[in-house]
Amino acid sequence: MADVHIRNVSKSFGEQVAVSGLDLHIADGEFVVLLGPTGAGKTTTLRLIAGLERPDAGTIHIGGHNATALSPAERDTAFVFQQYSLYPHLSVYDNLAFPLRSPARKMPEDQIRRRVEDVAKMVRIHHKLSNRSTKLSGGEMQRVAIGRALVRKPAIYLMDEPLSSLDAKLRGDLRLELKRIQAELGATMLYVTHDQIEAMTMADRIGILADGVLAQIGTPREIYSEPANLHVAARLGQPAINLLPVGLLPDGGAPAGTQTIGARTEHLSIDKAANGHADGIVDWVEHLGDQNHLHVTVGAKKLVTLTDPDTALEKGDKVTIRYRAPLYFGADGQRLM
Amino acid sequence: MSLTTAHSVVAPSANAKLIAGTIIVAYALISIVPLLWIFATSFKTPPDSIAYPPKVVFQLSIEGYCNLFTTRTRQTPEYINSLGPATGFCDETVRKRNMVIAGPSNFLPRFVNSLIIAFGSTFCAVFLGTLSAYGFSRFKVPLADDLLFFILSTRMMPPIAVAIPIYLMYRELGLSDTALGMILLYTAVNVSLAVWLLKGFIDEIPREYEEAAMIDGYTRLQAFWRTVLPQATTGIAATAIFCLIFAWNEYAFAALLTSGTAQTAPPFIPTIIGEGGQDWPAVAAGTTIFLVPILVFTILLRKQLLRGITFGAVRK
Repeated sequence: MADVHIRNVSKSFGEQVAVSGLDLHIADGEFVVLLGPTGAGKTTTLRLIAGLERPDAGTIHIGGHNATALSPAERDTAFVFQQYSLYPHLSVYDNLAFPLRSPARKMPEDQIRRRVEDVAKMVRIHHKLSNRSTKLSGGEMQRVAIGRALVRKPAIYLMDEPLSSLDAKLRGDLRLELKRIQAELGATMLYVTHDQIEAMTMADRIGILADGVLAQIGTPREIYSEPANLHVAARLGQPAINLLPVGLLPDGGAPAGTQTIGARTEHLSIDKAANGHADGIVDWVEHLGDQNHLHVTVGAKKLVTLTDPDTALEKGDKVTIRYRAPLYFGADGQRLM
Repeated sequence: MSLTTAHSVVAPSANAKLIAGTIIVAYALISIVPLLWIFATSFKTPPDSIAYPPKVVFQLSIEGYCNLFTTRTRQTPEYINSLGPATGFCDETVRKRNMVIAGPSNFLPRFVNSLIIAFGSTFCAVFLGTLSAYGFSRFKVPLADDLLFFILSTRMMPPIAVAIPIYLMYRELGLSDTALGMILLYTAVNVSLAVWLLKGFIDEIPREYEEAAMIDGYTRLQAFWRTVLPQATTGIAATAIFCLIFAWNEYAFAALLTSGTAQTAPPFIPTIIGEGGQDWPAVAAGTTIFLVPILVFTILLRKQLLRGITFGAVRK
């Protein structure tokens, strides 16, 4: 394992800027998740580290060595792709052994066998080693794909949305397994996703990418409660943060220059209007079972929050809404302290 | 409305299947009758082969095959009687027609020429085609579209249109009537087809496979060998059959450019007709043997061939 240091890296594809001036340091044994929408530059960042793309500018150091000009084979990274991860012409065993059999490695077969069997147990695919890789279910395939990265002890594991093609249940299970394995191995890992739950639950630190720029990096807690700007605030939280213009609701204590107020569920207290004064009208109550989404119309704006499953509010009710220490954003979208 | 049976809008009805089946069987019969006729003729005696009305039931004979593989000279009965006992079936059959075997015919060397030239050019075309298709598929080749169009354009003119220039060129270069010359020529004609077919197949193989291999410590060539080639076998097999069929059947260039040592079977077989009357059983025997390699090759690779023909028609 090793640390990875990306300094001021930029990469464009023709006119399209994929990554711009990226600085990122991943410490030895750290699990960093890059979160961002499609096209934010997440995959490009992984490919730059793996050596599948050459940066237009900037340097990449892996384990203290400048790897900027090295070929993928010389960099000692392991990559889990989003899909197409297994070689269809090989068995599960041969897929797992493939990285160890590279001519550059010259590992003896008995050592390969031990390693493959260890990893197969780790990713719980041991009973299917002799299967054709095409005969596996989606979850099994992805476990083998992750296993194929784990058979090696690379400087860093790079994972490109490895769980996104799976159904929700499997995604949840594998998420936990992956975190367990990473902690067991003490592996350095850079994991790319657009799923905020994966980011929140697995990451030591989350990096938020937007349009090829790293908007903020920090612990999940920091990113959630102290977002640097509107974009970061909007990435996390379910339902999404409500962004309301200043003055829409009573906002005593808003710092000077506030243009937008960001209010998550915990930043709002909503009560049934008592004496004629009301801030909004309940538009719709979405019953999700363990919780409810409450849709409220405030003037021309709509906001969505969580309420208790046994809320007494109903469609058409008039409500009063008060902020509780919300987030304040200036005209430039940056958060005001 | 019946609730017990679901009516499918995509599954063909029994009537549709019957009609389709009938058409296919009829077409197959029409296609195969000439082949069966050739096959039957090859086992007829020369008189039976030109009998009118044609004989469907006839005396089995391998005289055609004897005549195909030998050259014979006419002799007087006295001379034939002075010889020792016949050394085999062919010898005996030939003597009955007042002839003796003078030696082997040219059929076997011509057939071997065909094998060398067809398989050699197929190998070259598929080898070059695979490498260029991979290059076009994976790398940013400058002017790739124009180059690909140029490669395709070599196929737009019937090859025989350039027969005279090639004939003159080959004469100058000393490639006339050489196996090497024919291999080069058929490779040149086939390579465009190979590049285009194989590019389609290789485009379908996600590049993530090679990238994964390269990250795992393989060079690009090793990654190509270990991950792309095994998955391209279907395409390579289909392409090989198309190239082989062309090179095997090609007549015009073979007739023009080969006459002796490098002559292939297609221009040779008609020459049998001229030797000592119209020996149809021998011609039929030559044709039958000529069909065997392509038949075996096609049967072995029929799945890949089907995939090659329907390629692009069905999305996975």
